[in-house]
Amino acid sequence: MLLIKCPYCEEERPELEFRNAGEAHLVRSPAISEQSDDDFAAFLYFRQNPKGLQFERWRHIHGCGRFFNAVRDSVSDKFLTVYKAGEPRPDVEALLNPEAASVSATAAEPAKKRAPRAKKGEL
Amino acid sequence: MSTTAHSGSNRIAGAGRLVPAKTVRFTFDGQSLTGLEGDTLASALLANGIHLVGRSFKYHRPRGILSAGSEEPNALVDIERDKSRKQPNVRATVQEIYDGLKVKSQNRWPSLTFDVGAINDLFSPMLPAGFYYKTFMWPKFAWKTIYEPKIRAAAGLGVVPGEADTDRYSNRFAHCDVLVVGGGAAGLAAARTAAQAGAKVIICDEQPEAGGALRYETDVTIDGKPGYDWATETLASLRATENVTVLTRTTAFGYYAQNFVGLVERISDHLSNPGSDMPRERLWQVRARKVILATGAIERHMVFANNDRPGILLASAARAYLNQYGVAVGRKVGVYTANDSAYAAAIDLKRAGVDVPVIVDTRDNPSSPVIEEARSLGIDVVTGHAVFSAGGKRRVSSISIRPNRGGSERKVVVDALIMSAGWTPSVHLFSQSRGKVAWDAANERFLPGTYAQDCVSVGACNGSDGLQQALDEAAAAGSKLAGETGFKGKTKALKATGGTDWVLGMIGSAPGAGADTTVKAFVDFQNDVTAKDVRLAVREGMHSIEHVKRFTTNGMATDQGKTSNLHGLAIAAEALNRPIPAVGLTTFRAPFTPVTFGAIVNHARHDLFDPTRRTPMHAWHAAQGAAFEDVGQWKRAWYYPQAGEDMHAAVNRECVAVRNQAGIFDASTLGKIEVVGPDAAKFLELLYTNPWEKLGVGRLRYGIMLREDGFIYDDGVVGRLAEDRFHVTTTTGGAPRVMNHMEDYLQTEFPHLNVWLTSTTEQWAVIAVQGPKAREIIAPLVEGIDLSNEAMPHMSVREGRICGVPTRLFRMSFTGEAGYEINVPADYGRAVWEAVYERGKPLGLTPYGTEAMHVLRAEKGYIIVGQDTDGTVTPQDAGLTWAIGKNKTDYVGIRGLLRRDLVADGRKQLVGLKTKDAHVVLEEGAQIVANPNQPVPMTMIGHVTSSYWSQNCGRSIAMGLVIDGTKRLGETLYVPMPDGVIEVEVTGTVFFDEKGERLNG
Repeated sequence: MLLIKCPYCEEERPELEFRNAGEAHLVRSPAISEQSDDDFAAFLYFRQNPKGLQFERWRHIHGCGRFFNAVRDSVSDKFLTVYKAGEPRPDVEALLNPEAASVSATAAEPAKKRAPRAKKGEL
Repeated sequence: MSTTAHSGSNRIAGAGRLVPAKTVRFTFDGQSLTGLEGDTLASALLANGIHLVGRSFKYHRPRGILSAGSEEPNALVDIERDKSRKQPNVRATVQEIYDGLKVKSQNRWPSLTFDVGAINDLFSPMLPAGFYYKTFMWPKFAWKTIYEPKIRAAAGLGVVPGEADTDRYSNRFAHCDVLVVGGGAAGLAAARTAAQAGAKVIICDEQPEAGGALRYETDVTIDGKPGYDWATETLASLRATENVTVLTRTTAFGYYAQNFVGLVERISDHLSNPGSDMPRERLWQVRARKVILATGAIERHMVFANNDRPGILLASAARAYLNQYGVAVGRKVGVYTANDSAYAAAIDLKRAGVDVPVIVDTRDNPSSPVIEEARSLGIDVVTGHAVFSAGGKRRVSSISIRPNRGGSERKVVVDALIMSAGWTPSVHLFSQSRGKVAWDAANERFLPGTYAQDCVSVGACNGSDGLQQALDEAAAAGSKLAGETGFKGKTKALKATGGTDWVLGMIGSAPGAGADTTVKAFVDFQNDVTAKDVRLAVREGMHSIEHVKRFTTNGMATDQGKTSNLHGLAIAAEALNRPIPAVGLTTFRAPFTPVTFGAIVNHARHDLFDPTRRTPMHAWHAAQGAAFEDVGQWKRAWYYPQAGEDMHAAVNRECVAVRNQAGIFDASTLGKIEVVGPDAAKFLELLYTNPWEKLGVGRLRYGIMLREDGFIYDDGVVGRLAEDRFHVTTTTGGAPRVMNHMEDYLQTEFPHLNVWLTSTTEQWAVIAVQGPKAREIIAPLVEGIDLSNEAMPHMSVREGRICGVPTRLFRMSFTGEAGYEINVPADYGRAVWEAVYERGKPLGLTPYGTEAMHVLRAEKGYIIVGQDTDGTVTPQDAGLTWAIGKNKTDYVGIRGLLRRDLVADGRKQLVGLKTKDAHVVLEEGAQIVANPNQPVPMTMIGHVTSSYWSQNCGRSIAMGLVIDGTKRLGETLYVPMPDGVIEVEVTGTVFFDEKGERLNG
């Protein structure tokens, strides 16, 4: 059973209090009804499911009830960090290697690690 | 040799630590035997000269006791306290005896000494590894019906008990700074330093007492005391320390993420008459900041022909039986070894007066003080030799000795043989923690390599072989980890003398059981896997140890290959001519030793399996004799049978009463969510397909909720109580997920909306009064609300009082009749229900249950989400297009509904189905075809979702999802059933009062 820190309660609590809510940072388009089939399919169905670090949503359902995001290694189950819903994707390189990251302040590295969305022809 | 007859002929006076006067009576296969308090079943049987304890899994070969610990693969027995407290596959080496213990041997018929199944042993050339996979492939059906049941009956171990377990099991969560697994020398040393620093420590050991190998290593001193005395005193002082929890008879069986370790404590399995308030076992779920693994090492057997004969056992086990239990495993004990540690056992036995005719050592020129000591005691030490075979059937009677590289054979008469191929560090828990093991080539063993969690291995499980080295390492680890949790302190170092280095030895088959032989040299006793089987697996193309394991089942028995894994790996590596690390090691998985279902299931049985939710009126329904049905966690009144009525008759009566007079129905289980805030209407616009902004205060609307993919997720009636306040109802089963769905969108997609959501399901009791007399019945009880049709038409809501208590009165209907749903605070539910019932009874008011509710709504074609929909049904499919706001630009599911496949032809649509024979009621779930004469498998074009006998319609009614159903109105379709084909006509979904006039009555 994992121990998970809720960024709202600022407490580590057992996994029993939480419910996983799938991949994080999927953006529902404000003009969703005009979205193309491909874009909507990417939003609705296609998930990264990476071996390694993943950005995921959790809900502290038997606690404060809030949804939040986490970075977890799907191999070791270790949480790198948790952060509130709406906050930007954290800089994973900095989390993994705090010293090196402070030297070269390169952000947005994790975005490159994500596999590109499936294109229509690949469906 | 002097013996004490009372507790067995092989008990040696003066040896061991048990008290001769404290005798215990038990039975084995009906034979009455005596042991001593503190005996395990194994030691007590051996004391009585009994080695033959069971029959093997596949060949039904006689099997005895191999070990003195939890790694035991052979000596599995059935323990029965009574019919409901019966445990198969208990390891005789773990079970402690008590007065009245009843033991039965397993996997034999008709008796242990004469077993018909043993004929498998003669046919064994026909039963190699993989035999079943290859032989019983054809015909296909026979595997399930003939082969598997027969094979299962012939093979196998104990028999599953036939009755529910009446034992109790308890559960505890615990937190500590340092968890120490193992109470041997290393574990105690680690716990001692951590505890003295002040850390909160839990130490567990699977044995009844501490000490591990110190229980039989009589040549050891620690701190100037005999090792066992030091261990006992240290444990006692730990027990007396406030910050320490000592758990004996407790196995750490699973190591999970973030230092979460599962322990199972055996509380009463060793007691003759456990108190009725005493649990059998206690599950400990420990979250430790640091874990110290001091799990020791497990001795391996030698792999040679007939090495499974009863009377052949591990050297350390023989030593434990002698030094702990005062039992000699035989009177003439041969020794077969590939390392030094067996010598200590031989020396102890010899000194206790047991005849040790020979020590056979496979090593060519071993030199060690223990070898000299053995020789000086007059034991014949034969080096560079091997035991090629063991004689005897139900008990070893002789061993054949030959030089390793062949030569003349000599036979030595023995009645027991003890053996040691070396020691395997117990890295099970380390591996479970996802740590990576590393191959120690010099000593041919796997040791903890890369750690994945906050833990440290110490002592023999870490390859620290000498006792002093283990103690130093353990004390350092205890001090370091306690320090890391914030506790610093100094502890005096421990000084040890004696002890055996647990290194070297051999892995794989011994001389005489090599690749050029066909002898039965067992690697895995419990699954009857021989060295030959492993080689066969390699020849058949299994080149990974994972494949070899599955093909041969080596290491897959309940002992998880504690004694066999490394041997199997070495034999496979040799056959593959590859180094051992290249062949790989199979993964260790929890549980370390078998754990009872009882310990895991624990309190979650019967009433505590799942919470039961009851409405405030539940007791009234029960008093009326209602039958209940489970809906999610709720108990709902199903129907109210009167004297002489079956369910059918009761439901018919209830349905007719609602349409002719009125019915009263408990709808309290409906999910209820209060949606409040300036943006409440905007929020509902986004969550439901319907328009809400223009819904007037005091009005109700039926809403449909979709998922983003466009499929129906839930439905329910929503009332607007104020501009900024809505009373939302959901399906009974859907309430929690609807709440979660709403919260999700509110928090993460629409956080700009100022809305608050509160679950009020439990706060409101809901009394539905439905039928032509509904208004007449409730009118005298209602205050402050004009109930007239003009003032309060269908689909409106008013706040006022009923029976003097506040109410939200909904005028709505799920029956098609005029009716009300009276919401009152839950605490008043029963009182208001009774008042309404008393008032209505003279007017024919009839309580009706969920079954009548289902029939009545089906008569009107009202859907039930989850019955008439299944997560692939859109509002259009369900005939609910009218409930979609035409001018809306956004709501959850709006884009999903535009998906090509959702707007294409050929979708299943909800229609009514009338059987040609009005008395035939279709089965829900039955498939529908267009042409019943087509060959099987037929093309199915739909299925029945709801089907009932309708007394009000005088016929059966049904709804179903049928491809292009709305275009088929009037068509005849067919429902093929085992008894014949049923003809149905496709109709609209409304079977009663098609114009809906009764709603406004």
